[in-house]
Amino acid sequence: MSAATENLPMILKPRSRWSSWRATVAGWPTGMKIGVIILILVALVGIFAPVLTPYNPIIGDFSSALVPPGWAHPFGTDNLGRDVLSRVIYGARIDLEIGFIATYVPFAYGIILGAIAGYVGGWFDTVLMRIVDIAIAFPFLVLIIVILAILGPGIQNMYIAVFLAGWTIYARLARAEMLVIREQEYMLAARALGYGKLRIIFRHALPNLIQSSIVFSMSDFVLNILLASALSYFGIGVQPPAPEWGAIINDGRDYLLQAWWISTLPGIAVIITGVGVSLIGDGLGKILGQRNG
Amino acid sequence: MRLLGYIIRRLLQMIPVIIGITLDAFLFIQLLPGDPVVTMLGGKASPDEIARIHAEFGLDLPLPQRYFLFLGSAVHGDLGTSITQRTPVTDLIGQRLVPSLFLLVYAVLISIILSLPLAMLAARRADRVVDHVIRVTGMVTISMPAFWLGLLLILVFGLSLKLFPISGWGDDFVGHLRYLFMPALVIGLSMSPILIQSLRASLLDVLRAEFIEAARAKGLSPNRIMIRHVLRNALIPVITVLAVNVGWLIGGSVIVENVFSIPGIGRLLVQSVLSRDYPTIQGLTLVFGILVIFVNLLADLSYAVIDPRVSYQ
Repeated sequence: MSAATENLPMILKPRSRWSSWRATVAGWPTGMKIGVIILILVALVGIFAPVLTPYNPIIGDFSSALVPPGWAHPFGTDNLGRDVLSRVIYGARIDLEIGFIATYVPFAYGIILGAIAGYVGGWFDTVLMRIVDIAIAFPFLVLIIVILAILGPGIQNMYIAVFLAGWTIYARLARAEMLVIREQEYMLAARALGYGKLRIIFRHALPNLIQSSIVFSMSDFVLNILLASALSYFGIGVQPPAPEWGAIINDGRDYLLQAWWISTLPGIAVIITGVGVSLIGDGLGKILGQRNG
Repeated sequence: MRLLGYIIRRLLQMIPVIIGITLDAFLFIQLLPGDPVVTMLGGKASPDEIARIHAEFGLDLPLPQRYFLFLGSAVHGDLGTSITQRTPVTDLIGQRLVPSLFLLVYAVLISIILSLPLAMLAARRADRVVDHVIRVTGMVTISMPAFWLGLLLILVFGLSLKLFPISGWGDDFVGHLRYLFMPALVIGLSMSPILIQSLRASLLDVLRAEFIEAARAKGLSPNRIMIRHVLRNALIPVITVLAVNVGWLIGGSVIVENVFSIPGIGRLLVQSVLSRDYPTIQGLTLVFGILVIFVNLLADLSYAVIDPRVSYQ
């Protein structure tokens, strides 16, 4: 530090990165803090799955099939003698991965296309928006099922299907925001300075038009996990024996009366994750609402 | 008369999207890798049969001509023949449409009955404990996988308590109401949180409006204000939310129809996908797309009926 900065009043001293982080977090709504903690915990459970579980999630022990919940198996075992809790814990890896990939790949692609369409207008905008209109005319789940009927089942194809159908909503959101932002003074200033189109769109407009999409992406994240589990239930999503949460619930479908725990308890994992992500989305919405008046 | 003009204009606006939907449904079979007919028949077909189906789909013709042939037959209600059921796709879908529509309407009614009182409560006690409890409960409800909730209801109210049947859709109207109660409840519950939140927001807006101040100044009771003045003005958002989320509702019904073995188009879709019955999938794609457009049109028209201020421009 030079002598010059030492003499400045406290307020102007640059805050350390850590303390500005702390100030940001302190300003979050309570619900959002709880949501972030829940999501971090679920992620940690997934990361440390091998440490947390003494059992193999894929290979069961037939001598202990359909054991009810107890000390050795808090969630019981399934018909193949696999510990249900271990499968649920490993499932956190799969379902969080699905949530992220199925939400944020279409997110990035849709926002870029939507932002460009909103900025340049013309035929590009018209064509893109007609494609969006048609994609949105189909119920999302039906569209995914039909695309999977063409591509065949499996997690890779599920990502492709969700990508093909999912970017449209982000393109529409980003385009709508761009139409407003385009007329803002700082955009006019950037144009007056002679910046190129790409620089204006990505450096100046994108950070501002991305906010509503981020809030929306939170509920999309929950819906994508629900979608993946529904596809597992239909047998066209994640293929057995992978311990995706929906797949585990589906494993117990034929044993509802003998072994209620297989189908019921894994649902709790989906709900906890969903509530965590929803709380974050709710909080983000509140923060943005305050900032924008 | 103005209403009629509006309806015609809306119908005309729908044309490009309907063309897009038919194009999608048409391209779907063309996009199948390899020879779709061989894929469809799964290798066990004789060359004769392959040739017959080739001719049926006109696969030897150029693409645009095939599209217009497809469009022409679709307009006449001919969507081809189901590979597995050996019946016309139109008949197959026709039989299954009624249970699905019944289920959807039933689910919407349940959802409205659940949401109205809760939204009123949340709006009147905004940012108090009750409001937060309702919102977090909504997050829990919306995070429940529909088929998981369905299985849970089957287990508790179907298999254990034997209160409700667990599969099928009944023989008469009362039977339908009984058989479809649990399935409709699952869809209704998944819809309610969305409905409650937007209803709450619009109720809060209306509650702050000047004519409510006036009603309060007249000395009307809070209940009377809520029902006579506020609710009426909050109905429009309900329709909007339902129309915007019709895809979500239909998605829910596809899942639930499979859980509760209801003979609807959602179950038909999954069965057709699993048995690679491509003509049926194609027909269903078309029907689902048109269903969504139709519901949106219906929503636009109902605004006009509920709120005389809505203009038809």
